[in-house]
Amino acid sequence: MSAATLPPRKDRRRTLVTPEGLALPVTLASRGSRFGAIAMDLLVLILVIVVTTLVLALGAAGLDTVLGGQIDQTKGGARQVLEFLAVLWFAVMFLFRHGYFLYFELGPRGATPGKRALGLRVAARDGGQLRPEMILARNLVRDIELFLPLTMLLGQFDQTEWDPVGWAAAGWFLLFALFPVFNRDRLRAGDLIAGTWVIEAPRASLAAALSTGASAAQGTSAATGAEYRFGEAELAVYGEYELQTLERVLREDRPEALAAVQEAICRKIGWHPGAGDERAFLEAYYTQLRARLETGMRLGKRKADKHAAGS
Amino acid sequence: MALFGLFGTRAQAQQAAIEAAALRSDRFRQAREPDWQRLDAIVTAMEKGRLRRLSDEDVLALPVLYRTAASSLSVARETSLDANTLAYLEALVRRAWFQVYGPRLGLWGWLRQFFGGGWSAAVRGIWPELLVALALMVAGTLVGWLLVASDPDWYHALVPFADERMPGARAEVLRGTIYGNTGQDGMSVFAASLFSNNAGVAILCFALGFAFGVPPLLLLVHNTAGLGAMLWLFFEAGLGWDFVGWLAIHGTTELLAILLAGGAGLHVGRSMAFPGNRAVLVAAAEAGERAAVVMAGVVLMMVVAAILEGFGRQLIDHAAGRYGVGGTMLAFWLAYFFLFRRRAGNGSAA
Repeated sequence: MSAATLPPRKDRRRTLVTPEGLALPVTLASRGSRFGAIAMDLLVLILVIVVTTLVLALGAAGLDTVLGGQIDQTKGGARQVLEFLAVLWFAVMFLFRHGYFLYFELGPRGATPGKRALGLRVAARDGGQLRPEMILARNLVRDIELFLPLTMLLGQFDQTEWDPVGWAAAGWFLLFALFPVFNRDRLRAGDLIAGTWVIEAPRASLAAALSTGASAAQGTSAATGAEYRFGEAELAVYGEYELQTLERVLREDRPEALAAVQEAICRKIGWHPGAGDERAFLEAYYTQLRARLETGMRLGKRKADKHAAGS
Repeated sequence: MALFGLFGTRAQAQQAAIEAAALRSDRFRQAREPDWQRLDAIVTAMEKGRLRRLSDEDVLALPVLYRTAASSLSVARETSLDANTLAYLEALVRRAWFQVYGPRLGLWGWLRQFFGGGWSAAVRGIWPELLVALALMVAGTLVGWLLVASDPDWYHALVPFADERMPGARAEVLRGTIYGNTGQDGMSVFAASLFSNNAGVAILCFALGFAFGVPPLLLLVHNTAGLGAMLWLFFEAGLGWDFVGWLAIHGTTELLAILLAGGAGLHVGRSMAFPGNRAVLVAAAEAGERAAVVMAGVVLMMVVAAILEGFGRQLIDHAAGRYGVGGTMLAFWLAYFFLFRRRAGNGSAA
């Protein structure tokens, strides 16, 4: 999926100015994909936590078996091992919770596995360097946005009736969860503090140029030997928008679409379309239209689409 | 077309048409494509974390290639209508921009820099707020003391946990809570959970800073008021010296951490309330960065405090030793923050 084939919704497009002064268009991550990303990350975290807990619990159970079920009465060495396991559990939980996001977002991809799976990454809002402090700030705030109210909420679920703490936690959680809905850059509180935002990081591949093939460059069809040469008036009917549509049709290369477009062009310029040689015809038209429009561009005359009064 | 007529023969006109059809923008693309592809390969390797496999020339070439691609993009925007090339270049420049201006250190490199001066520099950077936070903590302690001294019923309102430490308790009972827990089980687990709780409060203190710093003020005063109330209780029972020792072994670290957390929260809040000539969001982001560094350190101090509280206090069962450890920790922290200035590090050192 390249930017050319599927333009994003207008309200998610932003322009970022790099330190070189180059304006780079970026697309903000949609709220849905950010939710998906955090859900995936939490899933990974929970899995890791469950596995670690099980391993430590098995260790403790093994110790218990060795001692013949007397662990509660035992003092000294075994007891200390058990305590050590408990302290280790707290330490590991703490490290996972903070280290997971920090490690991945400080890495070269600037994204946790969840974000990466959805093609997102963290970037500095001002277009400058993304400093480690920014990553740190946005993830410290995540602790109170997400983990603190969630643990408070989880503590409420075994009670039949919620006490005020539960309601406060729910309100708190909602306040931060809905934060990205109420600002136009979809920042969560951590992004706001850190000066970051989350944007899409699409990759595009460079396809072969359409205008350098034999039939395109020379206007002759390899299949039929027919030569397509269009005059000034025949090329003047279309603009850049139509050119890009034509490029897309040629790249998708579906026979019925090619035929339909050829017919539309022929109707417009008053030619009689032949069948079976649509691709060569369209490549020739594409190349010559592009040549004409790019010449206009170099002279400072651009024609946006067929309705624009152009050269 | 009229121009071609000048050449007379039909063959010559055809040749000229071929030349014309080979677009200038395509020649531009063909000339630069190898550079783009090399940049693409370097960036892809970096994204996959295979930095070590890149040759030195490639690493050195990255900024140059990035700027070449960026200028190709600006030229292509003005001269080419090949949507695929433009989209490719935009994505390539964006990816290269992520790498050139991304976090270059990684977690380990950042940690090295953090301990090597970044942390203490950040702490020094918020000194006005630290003074305010210190004043608040002293005031909170005084208020707690005075309230309980005037009416002991305040004690229950200020100290959240209910155990044998309450007004009217006999001195021996109070003394028992301070000494003689050496053999007690489960204290390290208790310390670990205590740490989770304290670190949570400290992070809360910082994160709520962006509500213009009011919540950190309240948290600081509220937490130290309880401290003041307990101080009064133990001093009344003639155990002041012992209680301060009991507290000092981990308290110098923990209270300092709370002080830093409160200062960090106030720093963010102050920058948002009084951004000066900057936009509010810019001011918040700048303050947030500095405060975040302080906070990362606060969390570490909480770990140290929990270890001292859970293990140190059980092992050292006399006041003098506790004062010694607490005092040493305090001296260590203060020296580290205010005397250690090897490098005023921040992330943009590279």
